[in-house]
Amino acid sequence: MKVGEMVNFIIDGKKVEAEEGAMLLDVARQNGFVIQTLCTHESVGRSGACRLCVVEVKSGKRTRIVTSCMYPVTEGIEVSTKTDRVMNVRRLVMQLLMARCPESEVIRDMAAEMGIQPEPRFKPETDKGKCILCRLCVRACQETVGVSAIGSSYRGHDKSVGPPFMEDSKACIGCGACAFICPTEHILMEATDGKRKIWGRTFKMQACEKCGRYFAPVDQLKFISQKTGTPLTELAVCMSCK
Amino acid sequence: MSKINTLEDLNKAAKRGLEAIIPSKTKIMVGMATSGIASGAQEVYNALAEEIKKRKLDVILSKTGAMGMDCIEPLVDVLQPNKPRLAYSKMTAKKVPEVIDQIMKGAVNGTKPAYRMDEEEFICLNEKKPYFKGSIPKDMEGIPSIWDMNFYKKQMKLATRNCGLINFESIDEYIAKGGYFSLYKALTKMKPDEIVNEIITSGLRGRGGGGFPTGWKWDETRKAHGEPKFVICNGDEGDPGAYMDRSVMEGDPHSVIEGMIIGAFAMGSSQGFIYVRNEYPLAVANLQRAIEQAREYGFLGKNIFNSGFNFDIRIGKGAGAFVCGESSALFASLEGRAGEPRIKYIHATHKGLWDKPTNLNNVETWANVPAIISRGGKWFSSIGCKNNSGTKVFSVVGKINNIGLVEVPMGIPLKDIVYEIGGGIPGGKKFKAVQTGGPSGGCLPDKLINTSVDFDSLVQAGSMMGSGGMIVMDESTCMVDIARYFIDFLEFESCGKCVPCREGVYRMNSILHDICDGKGTEDDIKLLESMSQGLVDGALCALGSTAANPVLSTLKYFRDEYVAHVRDKKCPAGVCKALIRFKVDEKKCTGCGVCLKKCPSVCITGEKKKPHAIDQTICIKCGVCRESCKFDAIIVE
Repeated sequence: MKVGEMVNFIIDGKKVEAEEGAMLLDVARQNGFVIQTLCTHESVGRSGACRLCVVEVKSGKRTRIVTSCMYPVTEGIEVSTKTDRVMNVRRLVMQLLMARCPESEVIRDMAAEMGIQPEPRFKPETDKGKCILCRLCVRACQETVGVSAIGSSYRGHDKSVGPPFMEDSKACIGCGACAFICPTEHILMEATDGKRKIWGRTFKMQACEKCGRYFAPVDQLKFISQKTGTPLTELAVCMSCK
Repeated sequence: MSKINTLEDLNKAAKRGLEAIIPSKTKIMVGMATSGIASGAQEVYNALAEEIKKRKLDVILSKTGAMGMDCIEPLVDVLQPNKPRLAYSKMTAKKVPEVIDQIMKGAVNGTKPAYRMDEEEFICLNEKKPYFKGSIPKDMEGIPSIWDMNFYKKQMKLATRNCGLINFESIDEYIAKGGYFSLYKALTKMKPDEIVNEIITSGLRGRGGGGFPTGWKWDETRKAHGEPKFVICNGDEGDPGAYMDRSVMEGDPHSVIEGMIIGAFAMGSSQGFIYVRNEYPLAVANLQRAIEQAREYGFLGKNIFNSGFNFDIRIGKGAGAFVCGESSALFASLEGRAGEPRIKYIHATHKGLWDKPTNLNNVETWANVPAIISRGGKWFSSIGCKNNSGTKVFSVVGKINNIGLVEVPMGIPLKDIVYEIGGGIPGGKKFKAVQTGGPSGGCLPDKLINTSVDFDSLVQAGSMMGSGGMIVMDESTCMVDIARYFIDFLEFESCGKCVPCREGVYRMNSILHDICDGKGTEDDIKLLESMSQGLVDGALCALGSTAANPVLSTLKYFRDEYVAHVRDKKCPAGVCKALIRFKVDEKKCTGCGVCLKKCPSVCITGEKKKPHAIDQTICIKCGVCRESCKFDAIIVE
């Protein structure tokens, strides 16, 4: 695959041009096609877990359903984003997620936008909260923050996300990246009087030496100091006062 | 043991091995694969050892793998100089003294052996060595020859060529069977592309189930850019009722190792891995021992056969997740991450383990390689049927008389496996279906019993070859219940990464449970169909996309059973408890009172010698009454 070379192909009848090897989802979005996703985010790598972005691709004689967020485009492919097979998958995924997370407004609104009704045969669950197991949080914690304080445990329908053994994580620095990236607002982060509570652990917040605003957990600043070699004292000022 | 560098060294080891295989004194072999041990082979072995010690006998006591006919294990094979080899079946520690008496007298008069063998086949050497000269001793004429038995008649042992014949603990015995001669040939007389071409010529296809041409895969890996390259053996056999790979790893571990070394040389790899589940402790132990032996002989390590080629193998133990048989999940597990599949639009041959070019083949595939190299690709391609050369090993289990491991040429009709090799259905019951391909395969009905057993025909029939599990079902099996069973298994084994598999299979399972409980509706069948299609198209990996197959294939061939469950609230096979009633047939009931005594919920009443009755309100439908009735007086409606 020669990176940088341009390729031509078709999405829903429209001719598009893109760099070879670019991901189909990104090319489609740049060209104005709407494809919903729940497990992609620009700051972390992709996993293809939510299956909402599937599209049909005809390449030569072969037509198949592919994961557009991870499918590298090639010359001459014919992409259809709304065939019956594709819509059947998206409907199934949304109905399954609505049943898993009945409390999630994000899922409900997204389904409504896509014109998908809940499947009455799927009994709504009561113990999964709003977690759809996209694991954006896990990837953010590992790839972006670099602490891997949370991960997944068990498998299949019992899979869950959290710190090891669901105990207070010593590795967690309380940065809140997981809560920020969570698409369904499942991860709760509470802030009160110079304290932040996340994953059951309470973190002491650092007050800005200039404006006095609590701006980051002390543990996070210690982690940054350790990683970058910047003295902790230099990190005691918030971004707006710097 | 010193290193083997030359053909002369190899011949010396082969000579030692042959003396162990066909010794000049009495040899007693116990089938000590898991199938043997499970039926008591260890006790038999211990009893034999004790008896031999007690009587101070000059006999060799040896272990061997599984010959295949698991339903008659523990098997004890006796080989005496210049006599046919005899196999005593269903041995117990109790029978040992008597059998030893017989052996020492050198005559068969008490316990009759199940079969005899007159010669031993050395596949890789293309020769047969007779156990004796002249005619069969008179007292042994009545013992059937193994190749006259229905179970073995149509079989052909290539991948399992040494299982049950050699001592899996002895590398010399393996060498005597022609082992490591193929490696010598490959490393000293062939170029890597010649080896790949030989495999392409053989037409060998991946025995793990996918059926991808092995030679092409090797060629891709060989040409791929990137260093290092890896070769991996997939021993993560996880289908319920399947144990083909286990039997090969236990009974003939060197065949897998030799195949891998040849493949590694052809593809330019210096590191191999055998991924095997820790639930196969004997396979792990036997492989580990074999690897150490191969290292001692210099078949693994540096400068193998003075060719300048270096290669070693490590065992990667899995925790037994079904999904780890899927290539990308297997790589993840080997890399030390959770066994979850990845999306791959670039083949493993280019980006596999640690994103390096990787060739992954199944145990049986690797085990075939040495035979192909020694006998030639053309020879291999002459076995089997069009586009499906060679043999395939199946574990035939379920409602069938001869449960066991069978290896048959590709293209054999399914009915030959069920009725001839398998010996038909026990208890005079009617055949209903056979499940091939494991949970992701499908159930084939009676009307497809003539299907040719090969990769393409099975897919065409709506099932698949899979790794070789074959579960036979009779008329007392409910197909909805079977679909529920497999979906239950797949729900438990789903890794949980993607939504359709994690949530979809869970929902399908609950719908199937409802149908079996009599709470299903006709709309449920339609919903199951559309969900199945959603899984086929939407799941991330092959485990997910084939997870609906048990439902799809039973719906295709046994839809009437689903309809009976949801519309008539009846289970035609009499399995689903919520939909059946046990009743006393008053004409047949003799009033013997056995059922009354056995019933755990005390719901049967009646006077002696008068027809009994079952109180439906307290009956728990356990079926004990039906099982205990000698007069067939309990009927299921």
